[in-house]
Order: sequence, then structure tokens, then C-alpha cells
Amino acid sequence: MKRFFAQCYIWLLLIVLYAPIVFIAVFSFTESKVLGNWTGFSTKLYSNLFTGDMQGTGSLMLAIENTLVIALIAATVSTILGTIAAIGIHNMRGRGKQAITFMNNIPMLNPDIITGVSLFLLFVFLHISQGYVTVILAHITFCTPYVVLNVLPKLTQMNPNIYEAALDLGATPFQALRKVLVPMLKPGMISGFILAFTMSLDDFAVTFFTRGTVGLDTLSTYIYTDARKGGLTPELRPLITLMFVGILILLIVINIRNIRNSNNAAE
Amino acid sequence: MNSNDYIIEIRNISKSFGDKCILDDVSINVKKGEFVTILGPSGCGKTTMLRLLAGFGQADKGEIRINGEDITNVPPHQRPVNTVFQRYALFPHLDVYENIAFGLKLQKVPADEIDKRVMKVLKMVSMTDYEDRDVESLSGGQQQRVAIARAIANQPQVLLLDEPLAALDLKMRKDMQIELKEMHRKLGITFIYVTHDQEEALTLSDTIIVMNEGKIQQIGTPTDIYNEPQNSFVADFIGESNILNGKMIKDRLVEFAGHEFECVDEGFGENVDVDVVVRPEDIYIMNKLDGAQFGAKVKSCTFKGVHYEMFVETDKGYELMIQDYNAFEPDSEVGLIIRPADIQVMHKERTCNTFEGEIVDETHVKFLGETFECLPQPGLEAGTQVNVEVAFSKVDLIDHPEEGMLSGDVYFLLYKGDHYHLTIMTDDGDHIWVDTNDIWDKGDLVGINIAPQDIKIVK
Amino acid sequence: MTKRSSWALPYAIFLVLFVALPLILIIFYAFQDGSGNFTFGNFTKFFTDADAIGTFALSLEVAIENTLICILLGYPAAWILANKKLNRSAVTIVLFIMPMWINALMRTLATAELFHMLGIQLGKGTLLVGMVYDYLPFMIYPIYNILNKMDKSYAEAAADLGATPWQVFWKVQVPLSMPGVVSGVMMVFMPTVSTFAISEFLTNNKIKLFGTIIQENINSSMWNYGAALSLVMLVIIGITSLLQDNKKEDVSGGIV
Repeated sequence: MKRFFAQCYIWLLLIVLYAPIVFIAVFSFTESKVLGNWTGFSTKLYSNLFTGDMQGTGSLMLAIENTLVIALIAATVSTILGTIAAIGIHNMRGRGKQAITFMNNIPMLNPDIITGVSLFLLFVFLHISQGYVTVILAHITFCTPYVVLNVLPKLTQMNPNIYEAALDLGATPFQALRKVLVPMLKPGMISGFILAFTMSLDDFAVTFFTRGTVGLDTLSTYIYTDARKGGLTPELRPLITLMFVGILILLIVINIRNIRNSNNAAE
Repeated sequence: MNSNDYIIEIRNISKSFGDKCILDDVSINVKKGEFVTILGPSGCGKTTMLRLLAGFGQADKGEIRINGEDITNVPPHQRPVNTVFQRYALFPHLDVYENIAFGLKLQKVPADEIDKRVMKVLKMVSMTDYEDRDVESLSGGQQQRVAIARAIANQPQVLLLDEPLAALDLKMRKDMQIELKEMHRKLGITFIYVTHDQEEALTLSDTIIVMNEGKIQQIGTPTDIYNEPQNSFVADFIGESNILNGKMIKDRLVEFAGHEFECVDEGFGENVDVDVVVRPEDIYIMNKLDGAQFGAKVKSCTFKGVHYEMFVETDKGYELMIQDYNAFEPDSEVGLIIRPADIQVMHKERTCNTFEGEIVDETHVKFLGETFECLPQPGLEAGTQVNVEVAFSKVDLIDHPEEGMLSGDVYFLLYKGDHYHLTIMTDDGDHIWVDTNDIWDKGDLVGINIAPQDIKIVK
Repeated sequence: MTKRSSWALPYAIFLVLFVALPLILIIFYAFQDGSGNFTFGNFTKFFTDADAIGTFALSLEVAIENTLICILLGYPAAWILANKKLNRSAVTIVLFIMPMWINALMRTLATAELFHMLGIQLGKGTLLVGMVYDYLPFMIYPIYNILNKMDKSYAEAAADLGATPWQVFWKVQVPLSMPGVVSGVMMVFMPTVSTFAISEFLTNNKIKLFGTIIQENINSSMWNYGAALSLVMLVIIGITSLLQDNKKEDVSGGIV
């Protein structure tokens, strides 16, 4: 009985939480310009999205492309920078280690708007014209701490003799890094990369403040401008639906992998 | 001896971490094909020594040569040595075969040759058919075998082993000891083995190097080390022993436990304070007092499997440990005999505490970082550098560290038959030696006081 | 060995340039007027402007209300999810985590559109409901995490010592789960107090929050005033962070 009420509560919350997304998903299969107005089943919005056959989709497609390119570059650079930094931090002691861990936490604790404004002021101060490059730099700034946080525990769990064992068997420090360290840190690097990638995809505020006035749009800023103009471009509905399904699949894959890993560890 | 006979020459190596001195002017020579064990308690510097040999870390001073070639500054991957790590350090992302082939692949050894060598070393460690296994699915003993196989696959001239058996259970450890010895014989290469287990060292080694506090205490064969320990640390660390204060009356005559004994040692001089070691199995115990050198009363008797272990109190009040195949009931009166050859006489490392100090004023002297009150010292000006001597028995230890002039902890203790000889490590890392009848445990925190009349100032 | 600590150097330089320096610049600009002279003017302007103070107070109010609602709704949910007797399925947990991975603007927009279709007037009510929609998962996750990891023997020990299930909950599980609640508060309060786009969507621009004012000032080139307002927000954030223990639960790292 207790269990029944508990499950009711959980599912009620979930229904309320998912109502808006489901609502968008349902209305992605109709052509009506106005949401909530069902004009019969159609996949036209989906085909529009892929063929670009409508007003303004050109800039929407460009925004999607920008979002993906920026996320890919930022996540890749963050993963490399963060992994190297984590190895360094792991081998540091005392004050220096404290200082760098503290600074590493700041971008994670700071609200996006502060990160955005502060970086905006930095680029103004240094007279750097804002655009693609500044947005990528800004994304690296708030993505790298998550990589560091994901790689550091892998280093702590690692037998400290592993790296030395590789050197002892004749590997140069670079070979030891490539053949032993990186393969062992890979799980941490992958989850760090995924986290960084989604952080970058999700970001709105930091991009908003660092994109300058060259008309650079990511998906987030595109939606923002679009919504402020009044009314949502109908083609965003299938896009939201597709992203939702994509993330659903990604999460299921990751969780299955995690469960399998923990089962292996338990054996 | 020609220096070319040595495969490893370690000359005057010193190493500190912060202000803590880990290795203090250590020199070791190792002959080709020898099985050398570095033995000592944890923190004695033995693992640091091994790491310097492997190339993980730089000595502050000194030189290491392998085959006559100076390798002090050669990085680890270019040294002709391989290491078996304490916790195996197998690469978890590689299987057994790939772990063993790791070094060979780096050397670009042809694939069929790698295959042959991997199979050969797997056979040597009795792990044939395990080549495709995931290393994390292996038991501790199997992982240890793979770790050894991985190290010898590279055909090093010297194999370094860092407490390789420490993580195994007793039965497995005994089996592996025999296998290691056998492997050493077959391979014919030099083994440097680090352990804190004295029995392991005695079983395996050609030569044992006993270390403590960053210094070599004794180098010798297992029998040398056991039968003729050079100081009380070695005597206490290796096997069971009775260690007593004694006095060398003249050549071949020593006094301890309140009696004079004939011995075989010469050249100490006359009436010199010494330490005397007698192994518990070297004291003959019998029912009658006739023909005995001295009498004693049995305090306790415990069966230990092969022999009985007894504690007796001698007629002069000293406590001795005796091992014998016959049991003697507690409270029975017994007679004891110690043969001259079984008495090991050792120089005392020190007869009192000596510190460097500085006169502060007429009644105060500063040493060990504190200012102590002393008896009036007429004629010594403030700032004069002096030596301060304090007898072992005059150092006062108290329970509450904060109530002492100095505080520290009990670092090492030795029972000397009728009192304890303690080594106290002060909070600043200095040593003070103390004789006391009170019972302390290793690691106890103590306060240290010295009365003014017990501070002897020497110019 | 020691040499490998130098690998952190590039990142240390990066952090100084892109984290420390920008924060210093906020302070630097906050105390300057438009022509680069030192001034407290930006702050006097803020503290004497009734509209700005009103917005500031409203932002705090909304953030606190949102955080409280999230705790009230989220704690029971987290407790049920972590309780093996009440919830055996891992699917529900994934479902609660998932919204955290979806672009917040999209979720907000969908919510606003839903209100629109249902004919609900956009205003403070919809703002709060929308924010709870957005941030509830961020409250549930850290609390769930800590409850899930909690050693069951605490509860058993309390029961063994005579506590009723209700007492076990209030006197043992709730106090032990406080670090999770604190993490949740950080993850909900901070973004709500600083949000700008979300409030614009949810109220059709009728209600301005503090974040919006910062954004408007920066966008209309009033950098110094914008920097001063950002500094005020930083102080609020700083005060909130003091709530959190030094030993932070690693919340963000465990989402995957």
C-alpha cells in the first residue's frame, strides 16, 4: 500500500515534468504554425528540418552546425587540457595543489551569467574582437573543470607503480603515457568528454555574452532570439523532439554500460 | 678484489625527503649472480634504495654503477634492470600475454621471438595456458607470477624485487620462496630483494644487508648475520635474542647477568662496557644446579610446536628467554650453562647521550632546541659551544608530552634482561636513548625531562 | 616524479587568464565610471534606485521560494527513489536525471508554450511553476545520491536502539542526508537567482529578474554598472557557498 502511494507520487511528478516535452513532441507531427492547434498528422516539419525547405531554416541549420562544431572543439580541447592538468595536479602537493583545485572549482560554482559577464569584460579589456574563437575559449573555460574532476579519481584509484612499471620495462615517458596512462584514464576521459560536450551544447548565457556582434548563433541563442520575436519557429518542435530522443538513447546506453561495468567489478 | 667482479656498485648514496634523511651515506657492492636481500623495518630506507637502483628518483649525493658504468643519471627505461613491484602493478587494460610482451614490443623484438620468450617465462613461473587471461581475474599469487614473468621476459641483468611476497598468505609465501630460489638458480642473474621479513631473508639470500634509519647496520651471509650480529639492533631484529649490558674484563672473559663467563672474543681491551647477545636456543637448561654456571627460577613455559619457550629469572634478578625441547615447570629451580662460542660480544654504539649545545648563561645550556637549567658553570661565557652528556638512566620520561621540556615518541625498544633500553624520537627528529624500568610501548607519546644535576657539560 | 607536477602548468596559466583575471576585472570595472576613474557611483546608483532594489528583492524571493518548493517536492521523491522497498526500478531514476541533460531553454520554452495553450496568464505564478519544472531534477539527484550511498546499518542501529521508523527518518536519515540537500540548494538557488532568459520566457517579459538587468546593462554598453551588479550577485553567491561544507559531495561528476 505504502509502495503504491510512493509509486503514484513518483509517476505524478514525472508526468508533470515531462508534460511540456511530450506536448512539444506530439505537436511536432502536425503542420500548424500555432502550437496546440492540431491540423492532422504530418511529418512535414521533420522533412522541412532536414531539407531546409522553409523560411529561416538556413540560419537554424547554421545554428545547429555552430553548436555542434563549438561543442566538439571545446570538449576535445577540454579533454586534452583537463587530462594533462589532472595528471599534473595528482602529482602536486601542498599549497599549489590547493590553489589550483580551488580555481578549478570556480567555473563550476559560478552562475553562467557571472562566467559570461566576466569573460565578456576580459575580451573587452584585452581588445579581442568577439566571435567564434572567444565563444570556444569561453566554453573550454567552463568545460575543463568537469574533465579534471572526472579524470582525477581514476588517477587516485590507479596503482602508483603502474607508470613506473612501464618505465622499468623500457618505455620512454611518452610511451608510458600513450600505452599505459591514457588507456587506464580512458573511462574518466570519456565521461569527462561527454559531460563537457553536453555542457557546451546546453550553454546559453556564456555564449550570449561572448559571441560578440558578428551574428554568430548557436541553437540556444537562436531559440532565445526566435522566442523573443514572438512565436516559436514550428521546425524547432521536431528538433526538440529529436534531441530528446537522442539524449534518451545516449543515457540508456551509458547506464547499461555503467551497470555492466559495476557488475564486472563485483565479480 | 677487482672492481669488475661487481655488477652493482653503490657509492656514498644519500637521499632526503624534506628534512627527513632517508639514506645516509650508503655504500653497497653486489657480485654478479648474487641473491642479495636488503632487510630492515618499515621506513629504514630499503625501498628508497631499490627505487634509486631502478631509476625512480634521484639521489642527493653519491654514485650508482652497473657493470662499471655510471648510471646515476640514466632514466629508468634505459637501465638494464627490471622491477617486480610490491602490489604487482600489472597493466589492467592488457591481458597476461600483452603484459609480459610489453617490454619486448617496445624493444621491437620480432613477433615470433616475443611469442617464444613469453611462453618460456610463463612456463618458468608455472603459468602456461594463462596467456589470454585478463590480469584482474587472477588470484594474488598468480598476479605475482605474471609480474615476475613480465620482469624477467626483458632479460635484465639485475632483477629488483620490492617485498614481492608481502601481499600473499603464509602458505603461498613459503611456496613462492622456494620457487624464487629455484628461479634465481636457473636464470643465473643478480637478484636484489627487499623485505622486512627476517625469516624470508635468511631463507633466500646469499648476502643480507641489514638497514635501519637510512644506514647499513651489517652486511653478511645469513649465518654471519644470525650468529654474529654486529650490534644490538641486528641481534634484536634477526631472530629471538637475549641482549644484556656487559663488561669485557679482559680477552676471553666477559661479565654479564651478574656472573663472569668465558668467551671467545678478544681485542676489546680491559673493563670495557659491551653489549652481549645470547640466542635463546644456546642456553642449556637442566634440573640440577651441580655443574651449572648459574641458577634460575622458571617464570613461564609455553609450548611453541617444536620447542618450549621459557622465561626464567636468574639468581641475580635478570630475565632470560630460553628455548629447549624439554619443558620445565614454572617455579622449578634450574641450572643454566652458556658455552663460550655461543656468547656474542658487541661494541656498544654509545655509552651515554651526547648532544651539541651552547651555553646561555651561568646556569642554562641550550641543546635539542630547548634551554635546560644546569648546575652553575663558572668560567663558561654565554655563547660557548659545548658538548652535553646525559646518562641513559638519567633521562626522565613522563606520560604527558606537554609537561616535558621536550616531547617525542618511543621509536624503538630493547629489553636488556633487567631494564628497557628505549630510543626516543623527539618531535624535531632527534634521538634520545633512555634506560628505564617502566614499561612503554612502541609509538607511545612521552614528555622528556632532564634534571639540572644530570646534565654534564664537556668543553 | 616531481617533474610530472609541472604538467599542471598550462592549465594553471589558463585558469589565471580565463578564471581569475576575469573575476578581478569585474571588481575593476565595478569601481570605475565610464571614463575610467575610480568611483563608488555604480553602487550608490544601485542602492538608491528603488526599481533595481525591488528587482533584486524579487529575484531573491523567487529563488528562495523555488528552492523551498524543490526541497518539499524533491526530498520525498529522492527518498522514495533511494528506498529499495518502495522503488525497485532503475528506469524512474534515469527518467528523473534525464531533464538535466536537455537544453534548459528548450524545456522552458516548451513549458511556456504549454501554459500558453492552456490559456494560463503568464506572470509570477507561471514563473515559479516553470522554475520548479526546470530545477526539480537538480534537487532530487544529489539527495537521491547521498541517500542511496548511505549505510543501511545506521537506520538499523537506530531501530535496534528503540527508534520508531518515523524517528529513524527524522533523527538519523534526514541529518545524514543534509550534505545532499545543501548540494541541491546550491544547484537550484544559484541558477535561479542569476537566470535571465528563463524568466523572460516564463513571464513573457512582464517580470524582470536581477539577471535580466545585468544582461540589459551589459548589452547596452553600461559595462561598469553591469559589472557592479555582477559583483553584488557574486557576493550573494559567495554567501550561499559558505553554506556548503569544505568537503563537497562530488555531485556533478556522478551524473553520467
